[in-house]
Amino acid sequence: MRNIFSTRAGIIIVGAIIGVGAALLQYFGNPPNMGICVACFERDIAGALGLHRADVVQYLRPEIMGFVLGAFVAALLAGEYKPRGGSSPLIRFFLGIFAMMGALVFLGCPWRTLLRLAGGDGNALLGLAGLIAGIFIGVGFLKNGYSLGRSYAQKKAAGWVFPALMIGLLLLLVFQVSFAPGGPIFFSAKGPGSQHAPILISLIAGLVIGGLAQRSRFCTMGAFRDVILIRDFHLISGVAALLIFAFAANMLLGQFKPGFEGQPVAHTDHLWNFLGMTLAGLAFVLAGGCPGRQLFLSGEGDMDAAIFATGMIVGAGIAHNFAIASSPKGTGAFGPAAVVIGLLFCLVIGLTQRDKVSA
Amino acid sequence: MSTKKVDARGLSCPQPVVLVDRAIADGHTDLEILVDNEVARENVSRLLKRRGLEAIISENVSEIMIRTAKT
Repeated sequence: MRNIFSTRAGIIIVGAIIGVGAALLQYFGNPPNMGICVACFERDIAGALGLHRADVVQYLRPEIMGFVLGAFVAALLAGEYKPRGGSSPLIRFFLGIFAMMGALVFLGCPWRTLLRLAGGDGNALLGLAGLIAGIFIGVGFLKNGYSLGRSYAQKKAAGWVFPALMIGLLLLLVFQVSFAPGGPIFFSAKGPGSQHAPILISLIAGLVIGGLAQRSRFCTMGAFRDVILIRDFHLISGVAALLIFAFAANMLLGQFKPGFEGQPVAHTDHLWNFLGMTLAGLAFVLAGGCPGRQLFLSGEGDMDAAIFATGMIVGAGIAHNFAIASSPKGTGAFGPAAVVIGLLFCLVIGLTQRDKVSA
Repeated sequence: MSTKKVDARGLSCPQPVVLVDRAIADGHTDLEILVDNEVARENVSRLLKRRGLEAIISENVSEIMIRTAKT
């Protein structure tokens, strides 16, 4: 059985669909240069649940649920649904926390880095450079035998936990459940959290992208990693397609506004834009996938990826509660300290987790 | 050189590829690689192709064996 989506043409088509899809989601109401942002959307979910109380970034983003559930269905249909886990879960949880802190110092995941670039935000160049730098460091660890150890097959139902959580979140969104006057569930009345496409459009986009990404193995971190590690340009052709098609769609929709100052949901602190994404990129390599890829893997039954994704949601709560996340005004008071601690954590993990895998 | 066995079952991306590439760099061309998921099969097969080796795949329920063709 041939999987057309894992071919070169397939990954380019998937990248193009994500790029155009993101521009359209923005057109339909998602925040500017944030048609899709896995980190930001998980942060919004954390806010909706009351894990943080930053009232401008609280919404149960259906795209995230769609990603997991779309990948879940695609994996079931393709016979690739395989519950597995047990590869250093606690380390992965903390990698997720620090990855989110790094991403929120920059204000975006790798997908949004590309989308910000496609929308004309020059600050994304620093984020992209940081991302590549972090991946470069991570590849060094990989070359020296870095491994979080093997995962093992788990019971069939174990892999349902994360998709079931997503269905639960979706129901909370659809029925707008209020657990107490004023929330939770919290929904932003202003700011990025209040800007969203209609639920059905967001959900369908998420499902389609989730399914396609599961089939094609689309991963932004993996794209740069493979180029640096083994000079493999397969995944990066999909990333390039995302960037080019998002740019073209932004031009057509009048969403391209070049510059550094006054960019939407962005700040101009070059150093911390760079270092924030360095931390995120390094954490993604150590965990084996960008935030999007971790969600698609979670849908396939990868419980280690689901732990990482959970870590990101918890990390978003911490980042906003402890003044780590940036805002358009600039970095948070404790953002730089968190990035330094995160980098130290990742370096220790990279240096110490060197499984002597019997090859 | 004798057949080099690489057991990459349960290892997450990109470790199967890293292990196989290291074996090739060490001069092995006769490889027997064990993986347990589609993604690893695709990635390892793509690497072998780029390194000029032909991949012969055999699958059972839980494992996928990738052998390089004897030259």
